[in-house]
Amino acid sequence: MTVPAIELVDLHKAYGSNEVLKGIDLVVEAKQVVCIIGASGSGKSTLLRCVNRLEEPTGGHVLIDGVDITHPDCDLDLVRRNIGMVFQQFNLFPHLTALGNVTMAQRKVLKRSEAEANANGRAVLERVGLAEKADAFPSQLSGGQQQRVAIARALAMDPEMMLFDEATSALDPELVGDVLEVMRSLAADGMTMLVVTHEMGFARRVADHVVFMDQGVICEQGPPEQVLEHPATPRLQQFLQQVLEH
Amino acid sequence: MSDQPVAEAPQLGDVSVPELYRSGRAKQRRSQRNRIISYVVGIAVVATVVLAGDWGKIQRLYFSPGRAKDLFPEILTIATKNTLLYTAGAFIGGVSIGLVMAVMKMSPIRPYRWFATAYIEVFRGLPALLTIFIVGYGVPTAFGTQFPTIIGVGTAGPIALALVAGAYLAETLRAGVEGVPRGQLEAARSLGLSQAQTMRTVVVPQAFRLVIPPLTNELVLLLKDTALLSQLGTTAATVELTKFGKDQFQIDFNGTPFIAAGVMYLIITIPLTRLAAALERKLKASR
Repeated sequence: MTVPAIELVDLHKAYGSNEVLKGIDLVVEAKQVVCIIGASGSGKSTLLRCVNRLEEPTGGHVLIDGVDITHPDCDLDLVRRNIGMVFQQFNLFPHLTALGNVTMAQRKVLKRSEAEANANGRAVLERVGLAEKADAFPSQLSGGQQQRVAIARALAMDPEMMLFDEATSALDPELVGDVLEVMRSLAADGMTMLVVTHEMGFARRVADHVVFMDQGVICEQGPPEQVLEHPATPRLQQFLQQVLEH
Repeated sequence: MSDQPVAEAPQLGDVSVPELYRSGRAKQRRSQRNRIISYVVGIAVVATVVLAGDWGKIQRLYFSPGRAKDLFPEILTIATKNTLLYTAGAFIGGVSIGLVMAVMKMSPIRPYRWFATAYIEVFRGLPALLTIFIVGYGVPTAFGTQFPTIIGVGTAGPIALALVAGAYLAETLRAGVEGVPRGQLEAARSLGLSQAQTMRTVVVPQAFRLVIPPLTNELVLLLKDTALLSQLGTTAATVELTKFGKDQFQIDFNGTPFIAAGVMYLIITIPLTRLAAALERKLKASR
């Protein structure tokens, strides 16, 4: 019996009296790709941010490889180095080059030598197709390139799993493809991925499991062909119709 | 068909502006007239000053080369040197106090925040000169001690200026730290960097760029505020530029030392502000 990579148990999050997550139970097995879809405001980003506790859950448990990281004795810094995260707004460090971005945490957190960090940094930049941009600053890169550097930055830490928070939502349409292609190749290599996305095509082709969230609860989940082709609930039917119309 | 006159394609410049958007002749004339008036007034003022002034006397009393020569080398080796020492001391002290107060002001612990707020309100609310008197005269009297002398100059003045600058710099530095987007902190923490590592490697380098202009501004203000220290008792060895100018003036009531002191201030401040502007441009380019 294997332990799931990520397990959420009765997860709650509220801002004051505003309940954003109302009891989420979710399992992501190792090497699985799980896509979370849903309208904006449904709580999907909050859910993702609770997985590495960028957002503090107000109730329930988050288990990473079977370890409850909501336990007060848990060292979050140690947990987070195993969970790569990619943000909608990239959040690259503007004062560092692409190579600086992908080597900084290797050196500070993993205490790798400069030579080792640089070699590994160049390898991950190569992996996302940006080897030649190592010395460019983020401001000199397109949105799509910045996001790929951000993916490389997370990969450089050799994470066990990756979280993607609407990684392509801030990109111009013609730049989305390159980023999705990198994500697809990661999935093909067996990376465990939890992906919040609006890209239904990506969810259909790459996900092992699709979760539809609505108003702070998981409304429907299952294999992509079931969830996306044969939605059972009226809410999901309505949502898919709205998304596919555009 | 063929003998119909062919309409020429209109050139862009030919198209007249429709009545709705046309600037009225009266409006154009008015703005032209206003500009001419302002030039005439300006020239009249300058001409009056030039004609009314006794230029021989002004030159003798304020721009006397002989009198200026007398000021050397003391104006450099004592007055300017002391002004720079007072400024450096006050700036270093002010940045240190400002850093501590900024950190306290952002602390989750409430009494720290209260203390920092009280400090900032008090020292921003008092006139700098009063603070200088309190530190320079009040404190030694109350505690029966004297401030030590370091590198030949008194420390009471720079300490007083540092206390005042610290209050302003606390807010400047805090604004710099809070100006770094939240996403930067989240990205750093998600990579496993600790709070302290995030501060050192992500927040401080970016905050530094944001505070270079206000920090330079504060340095220039401090340099000028050292003139207030002339109100504390000084000796010939601890005198700064403004007091030096005044002391020299009182020898023969020739104003040249004032002009010389002013030139010395500008020689320091103008390159400083130019440098800060250049630095800001350079940092902005790599953003």
